[in-house]
Amino acid sequence: MNRRPGQRNLVAAVGARALGGIAYLGGMALMLAQAGRWLLRGIANPKLRLRRGPLALQMVRVGVRSVGIVSLVQVFIGVILALQMARPLEPWGQVDKIANIIGVAGFRMLGPIITAVVLSGFAGASIAAELGTMVVAEEIEALEAQALSPVRFLVVPRVLATFLMMMLLTIIADWMIALGGYLTSLAVLKPQVYIGYWERMRDQLRVRDFVSGLIMAGVFGLLVSLIGCYEGLRVRGGAEGVGRATTMTVVYSIVGIIVAACIFTVIFYVYRF
Amino acid sequence: MPENVTDHAAPQPVIRVLDVVKRFGGLAVLDGVSLEVYPGETMVIMGGSGCGKSTLLRLMIGSLFPDEGHVQMFGRNLDELDDAGLDALRLRFGILFQSGALFNSMSLGENVALPLAEHTDLDRETIEIMVKIKLEQVGLREAAERMPAQLSGGMKKRAGLARAIALDPEILFYDEPSAGLDPVTSAEIDQLIMDMAGKLGVTSVVVTHEMDSAFRIADRMAMLDAGRIIKVGRRSEFEALRDCPLTGDEETDLVRQFLRGDSEGPITARRLSTGYERDILGGAGF
Ligand SMILES: Nc1ncnc2c1ncn2[C@@H]1O[C@H](COP(=O)(O)OP(=O)(O)OP(=O)(O)O)[C@@H](O)[C@H]1O
Ligand SMILES: [Mg+2]
Repeated sequence: MNRRPGQRNLVAAVGARALGGIAYLGGMALMLAQAGRWLLRGIANPKLRLRRGPLALQMVRVGVRSVGIVSLVQVFIGVILALQMARPLEPWGQVDKIANIIGVAGFRMLGPIITAVVLSGFAGASIAAELGTMVVAEEIEALEAQALSPVRFLVVPRVLATFLMMMLLTIIADWMIALGGYLTSLAVLKPQVYIGYWERMRDQLRVRDFVSGLIMAGVFGLLVSLIGCYEGLRVRGGAEGVGRATTMTVVYSIVGIIVAACIFTVIFYVYRF
Repeated sequence: MPENVTDHAAPQPVIRVLDVVKRFGGLAVLDGVSLEVYPGETMVIMGGSGCGKSTLLRLMIGSLFPDEGHVQMFGRNLDELDDAGLDALRLRFGILFQSGALFNSMSLGENVALPLAEHTDLDRETIEIMVKIKLEQVGLREAAERMPAQLSGGMKKRAGLARAIALDPEILFYDEPSAGLDPVTSAEIDQLIMDMAGKLGVTSVVVTHEMDSAFRIADRMAMLDAGRIIKVGRRSEFEALRDCPLTGDEETDLVRQFLRGDSEGPITARRLSTGYERDILGGAGF
């Protein structure tokens, strides 16, 4: 072996990073499994049933607070799509296809993905901050010392709420993109864009366009909330740790969302879904 | 009780810490700690800030596990128990955390009601009555509706105690129960600790560095220093040690300095000799 020490350190560092990454994913998978187990146990045993109160509270927290921003952002996405498509389609006399394009792009991808990015802040970062603060205040230890599972009490309602609200918000988001495109064409584009806009969109869209977007939305919701819970629960060392956890939640969430979107797009493409 | 320890009918300790080593990042915070706590007694663990008192407590309640050695509670090794076994044990002790650790999203009453609702089959009215009783025991019955953020430090500690006794535990752990409180409130907390021990007969393990409070509540005391227990004994032994003249033995004088709160002695001498000159003189030393 004639590697220089610097190279060895690099190999070791890359190896350590990779192991750390695998451990991180493993930890999250374990948490998801535990959450799933508690959910199932709750169905079997009424005493362990997930209470409606905490779930509703989390749904309001995640959903109601973010619905305005999600809608606003998605309308703008519709505006951008309509305007950007108008010029390249004009020479081909195909501006009427703007409705078809917005439909597919919005329902399949931009609806879920932009909503998930917004929720990585509204849900993910706020979950991480909240749970991290609870760690610092010894509240998590207090739960465990009372033989109460933090996964059951804290993770399950947050993950479930984010999962459900993510899908609900995505449905709203899809229509907001479409609406943004329609309003833009009404305001600045030619009549052949907005006349018959909704009919063309309806004819273009298949059920699978809508469903594939919803599947992705659900996956994004799980990702964002799991990362938030995981980062929050592993906070160490005071307020500084909480700040770091919120930042990393947003960073990892966005990376996770894009990677997952890519993987799903490949799968849907291959299976022509 | 410690008086009976030598009797033929010596009771089994409820907690036994055996040669425990606990490291954080390679650094041994606890380095061979052994300690026994007997039924019904109040054991006070003392030691300087950051010497590992809370860590020792966390090992005793099974929220951390030792790198070496064992911790036994009710004769069972904590590290051999599975989650269910550990949970069953957790119902038999209560803990008051350093910061109170109330659940901030719940009112005081709900905090106390939570373990009752989750671990018993009592109906809601009974639980409400139990909550009132527990809160009355710590003098907070009037405050049941309040949120933790609206409570003072002393009230939080008392509320934490009410929650800790919700399931009538056999052992109570306290992490710095009187730290950061005024002398009167601190004395009130001490009185509560003694009440719990006296009226309910619980075994108590109290971590503190408030000497007044330690001498008020302890049956036995243990002094933790540099990762080891350097002295265990009855309160009277520690009182004698506090009031005696310097002995010349380093460890004994160290305990004596801590008990008296003197500004000169082995603790300060050690602080001065560890690396201070080296720091100042850039590693040259003398
Ligand atoms: N989870 C942890 N990871 C790394 N180091 C830790 C951890 N918990 C405690 N320590 C370190 O162990 C040492 C002892 O901590 P511990 O909280 O037990 O002290 P303490 O005696 O309770 O102090 P205090 O009187 O301030 O409460 C400290 O130096 C602390 O930094
Ligand atoms: Mg401590």
